[in-house]
Amino acid sequence: MLMRVNPTRMELTRLKKQLVTARRGHKLLKDKQDELIKKFIDMVKKNKELREEVERELESAFKSFTMARSQMPQEVLEESLMIPAARASIGISKANIMSVNVPKIEISSEEGGNIYSYGFAQTSVELDNAIGILAGMLPKMLRLSEIEKACQLMADEIEKTRRRVNALEYVMIPSLEETIKYITMKLDENERGNITRLMKIKEMVMNG
Amino acid sequence: MSTYKIGVIGDKDTVLAFKSLGVDIFPAMDEKEAGSMLAQLAKQNYAVIFITEQLAKNMKERIDMYRSRMLPAITLIPSNRGSIGIGMQEVKKSVEKAIGVDILFEREGEE
Repeated sequence: MLMRVNPTRMELTRLKKQLVTARRGHKLLKDKQDELIKKFIDMVKKNKELREEVERELESAFKSFTMARSQMPQEVLEESLMIPAARASIGISKANIMSVNVPKIEISSEEGGNIYSYGFAQTSVELDNAIGILAGMLPKMLRLSEIEKACQLMADEIEKTRRRVNALEYVMIPSLEETIKYITMKLDENERGNITRLMKIKEMVMNG
Repeated sequence: MSTYKIGVIGDKDTVLAFKSLGVDIFPAMDEKEAGSMLAQLAKQNYAVIFITEQLAKNMKERIDMYRSRMLPAITLIPSNRGSIGIGMQEVKKSVEKAIGVDILFEREGEE
C-alpha cells in the first residue's frame, strides 16, 4: 500500500531510515519469536507430563478419601479436618523468560512436621492415607500451577510477537519499499522533465 | 517477595479433602457461586486458585479473563468424580494459540 507522502528528497531520506529500522526490528522480533517458541515447547511438554501425573495421583487420593468417608460418620470426618495442622502459604517471585514475566511459586508452609490434624482414635486408615497422599501432592500441584501459568503467559506473548512480526513483514516493510520506489521514480521523472526543458530552452536560445 | 494464599473452589466433597492441607477451601454449589467466589479471591491476595473441572466447564469465560494476567494462577483439578479432561484442554489451547497447530496431542488421536 502506498503511503500518502510528498515526493521530496527529504521524505525519501526519512523513509529510507524508517525502512532500515523496520528491517532491524523485524529481525530482532523474529529471533525473539523463535526463541520463545523453542522455550515454550520444552515448557509445555513438561506441563503436559506434570498434569497427567497430578490428575492420576489426585484421583487415587480422592479414591481413598471417598473410602474414608464411607467408613466414618460425616460429622466425625468434618470435625477431624476442621482445624488444619499446617497453614500453607506461598511466596511469589518474578522470573523472566525472554521478557515474559512469569510467577515463581515457593512454598512456605509453617508446619511442624505433622500433617494429621486429628487424633487417630476415631478416624480410619483410609483417611490417613488420603491425607498423606494429598499432603505430598501439594508441592506438585503448585508446580503445575506455576508451569501452566508460565505456558499461558508465554503463549500470549508468542501470539503478540507473531502479530508484530507479521505486521512488519507483510504491511510495514512492503509499504515502505513501495513508497520509496514511488518517490524515487517521481524524482527521476522530475529530473528528466527538467533536462528536456533545459534542452528545449537551449535550442530556442541557439536558434533565436 | 510477599506471601500469598492458596484457595480451592469446588464441590463440598472435593474441597473437604484439601482442608487438612491448610489451604483455604470454598465450597460452591454451582458455577454462579463459584464465579463470584473467583472474582472475590482474585481481588484478595490469592496467588493460586484451584478449581474443579466440573465447575470450570461452565465458567470458561470467567477463567479466561485471568489467563493473560500474571496472578492469580488458576489451575483446574479433577474433582472426586474423576477428570473430564478440560484441564488438559487448557494446555492444548495454549499450544494452539502459540504455535497454531497442535503438536503435542496429535499423536494421541484426540478429537
